[in-house]
Amino acid sequence: MRSSDLSSSYFALFNMPVSFDIDRKILTERYRTLQRTVHPDRFANAAESERRLSVQMAARINEGFQTLKDPLARGRYLLELRGIELNDLDTAFDGAFLMEQMELRERLGAVKECDDPHQQLQKIARDIDVRIKEITAELAILFTENNDASFEKARDLTRKMQFFRKLEQEADALDDDLDVY
Amino acid sequence: MALLQISEPGQAAAPHQRKLAAGIDLGTTNSLVATVRSGKAETLPDVDGNHLLPSVVRYRKGEVPQVGTVARQSSIGDPRNTIVSVKRYLGRGLADICKQCTCKEYDFVDSEASVPRIRTLGGDVTPVEISAEILKVLKQRAENSLGGELTGVVVTVPAYFDDAQRQATKDSAQLAGLNVLRLLNEPTAAAVAYGLDRGSEGIHVVYDLGGGTFDISILHLNRGVFEVMATAGNTALGGDDIDHAIGEWMYEQAGMKQAVSDSQSRASLAEAWRAKEPLSDEEVVAISIPCPDGDCWEGELTRSQLYEIIDPLIIQTLSPCKRALRDAGVDVSEIEDVVMVGGSTRSPRVRELVGEFFQCDPMVDIDPDKVVAVGAAIQADILVGNKPDEEMLLLDVIPLSLGIETMGGLVEKIISRNTTIPSAKAQDFTTFKDGQTALAVHVLQGERELVSDCRSLARFELRGIPPMMAGAAQIRVTFQVDADGLLSVTAREQISGVESTVQVKPSFGLSDTEIATMLRDSMDHAQEDVAARTLREQQVEADRILESVEAAVETDGRLLEKNEQELIEAAVKMLHEVRGGDDPRRIKLAIEELNKASTDFAARRMDASIQMAMTGHKVDEFS
Repeated sequence: MRSSDLSSSYFALFNMPVSFDIDRKILTERYRTLQRTVHPDRFANAAESERRLSVQMAARINEGFQTLKDPLARGRYLLELRGIELNDLDTAFDGAFLMEQMELRERLGAVKECDDPHQQLQKIARDIDVRIKEITAELAILFTENNDASFEKARDLTRKMQFFRKLEQEADALDDDLDVY
Repeated sequence: MALLQISEPGQAAAPHQRKLAAGIDLGTTNSLVATVRSGKAETLPDVDGNHLLPSVVRYRKGEVPQVGTVARQSSIGDPRNTIVSVKRYLGRGLADICKQCTCKEYDFVDSEASVPRIRTLGGDVTPVEISAEILKVLKQRAENSLGGELTGVVVTVPAYFDDAQRQATKDSAQLAGLNVLRLLNEPTAAAVAYGLDRGSEGIHVVYDLGGGTFDISILHLNRGVFEVMATAGNTALGGDDIDHAIGEWMYEQAGMKQAVSDSQSRASLAEAWRAKEPLSDEEVVAISIPCPDGDCWEGELTRSQLYEIIDPLIIQTLSPCKRALRDAGVDVSEIEDVVMVGGSTRSPRVRELVGEFFQCDPMVDIDPDKVVAVGAAIQADILVGNKPDEEMLLLDVIPLSLGIETMGGLVEKIISRNTTIPSAKAQDFTTFKDGQTALAVHVLQGERELVSDCRSLARFELRGIPPMMAGAAQIRVTFQVDADGLLSVTAREQISGVESTVQVKPSFGLSDTEIATMLRDSMDHAQEDVAARTLREQQVEADRILESVEAAVETDGRLLEKNEQELIEAAVKMLHEVRGGDDPRRIKLAIEELNKASTDFAARRMDASIQMAMTGHKVDEFS
């Protein structure tokens, strides 16, 4: 397959096996090598057609790197390659997960009233991070099982990870607010 | 075909083939130009030996504008016609400028036009034109000093500049007759100047407090690759604010609310500027400012009083630092060092507080005023092609998220802040009414959820959508940000193929026609021929593509298909023929023809080079 083919998979682009477990070091090395080859700075004096192509390729390599580097994006992408889409409107979750989300939300909501809001916020952020790491480890196992049932479970977990990621972003936004006021 | 060049690997082409390139730091307070000569990057002085060109332009009736020191000297006597710190107005609307409380300094023309104009004795001028005057002087300085025409320049911008500000900067350079190879973020330029990449792998911070802007960048450096991890800042906070704060304090001490006249205000700023420096070594300094009655108020300013005035401003810079660290996912303890950039970082108090925050001694080896221009010159030298074997690569990010307006005045982010550029992302939208045939696209930049809290970049319409049921149309909006951080947006209805593309011309930017008019006006001024310039531009472009395609055919001819080779050769021949003529339109057409003929070839070459890089890489990894 042609590398400049914009429909080839990111795994093919980075010449890496299609897998959730990924060697970050090799990925980063290849990313740099690819950018060294296609980045627009390498084509500052080239013909217009080449410059345009270089911008497109560099953008694709950046997108691919972001996708493969991040466990959530990587999980989504692997599911997408299997034809499994995550529906953002789908909010059916098990009770334990919903309780946990509610509790974290309540803790976030109460941060501003705490004696040391920064410290409290850090604690919540750490708790969220622990959960994301746990899910990442579980996903690694599920994706190697490679059957319909495991993909269904992986889809469920990826959706959950998405919610934790949203909480993480809300915590960051709150941190900004604390600085302003 | 080009002659075969033989040169040692790592060595530049013969000296006479070196192309002339320069790096330009278009600063709020001062501007500089630098170039690489005999392997060394250095800033270029004017005939009097001054490297810094004050970013001040004075307009007079029927005369060429004055730029630099002469203009600055007249700033107190002729404040309304002498524009200082114009960078603060680049890419801004009048409402933004008034929010900064500086619109009273000049006669802003109250017009319908989105781009603010300042009324001067020399006519109504836009910030883009004023900046172009500064750039023209630097261009002239470089060309006199290097003895030839510049092939290209790298112009620096604060990393935190939004799309409108970047576009305005590029427009100024175009107006000044410069070929912009790249807009480079100032902190990245500083990191290049320090050669930070040559050290071991690590995370570095660049703290850039200029006259009018503040930027913080966190970079990861590894064997020639500069990866910006995160950037943050404030485009309306700088050393000027420190001077203003000191000036206000002086008036308070003198029993006045504020400066009464423009020249009084300029005089107090000058005094504030003068008073800061001795306080680095001394505990107290004598100050005096003019009073409305013509007398002078005399007093003193102690170091601890100075700290009381300026600390809140310095502390304001620390919250973007915190945000950048968090966005980069980096802890203070992981930071190798902090590079200080911008004249305001000369202040020992700034160094002290920043050092405390990052828990290390700030790096100040290179003159903070010159470091950005020097870095830009190094990058320009590489981009222009003088160092074909250079491994350096700069991977920058966009500073602010980009999105479009959706129902209810909300912003849907399409590319989020700190995404590495170039970047391209697409999002699908649909129609919400039966039979809807047009869709308005409103492009915004900023972090907030409400449209009213973000910066409006552009509006355009996708028309001609075939009538369908609500929700049936599939409209894909694609954002592409190039290596300069400039955005272009395409909207395409997927079923019918109706398409609309805009090179985002910011709401507060100039249209192409406006720029063309300005160019023509400035030409009249310089008695230069517009036609001659257009022809020259097309010839330069023709030479560039000819050189590039001929070199490609020479090295990768084996990748050519038979009929393709004939097409390219024919297009090359044609372009060579018309290039010598005097019709810019014919040259332009021939360029387009050659571009078209070589597109597939370019794609195949890129594939081949990717394949080669990846295989070469594998050998590396396993050896």
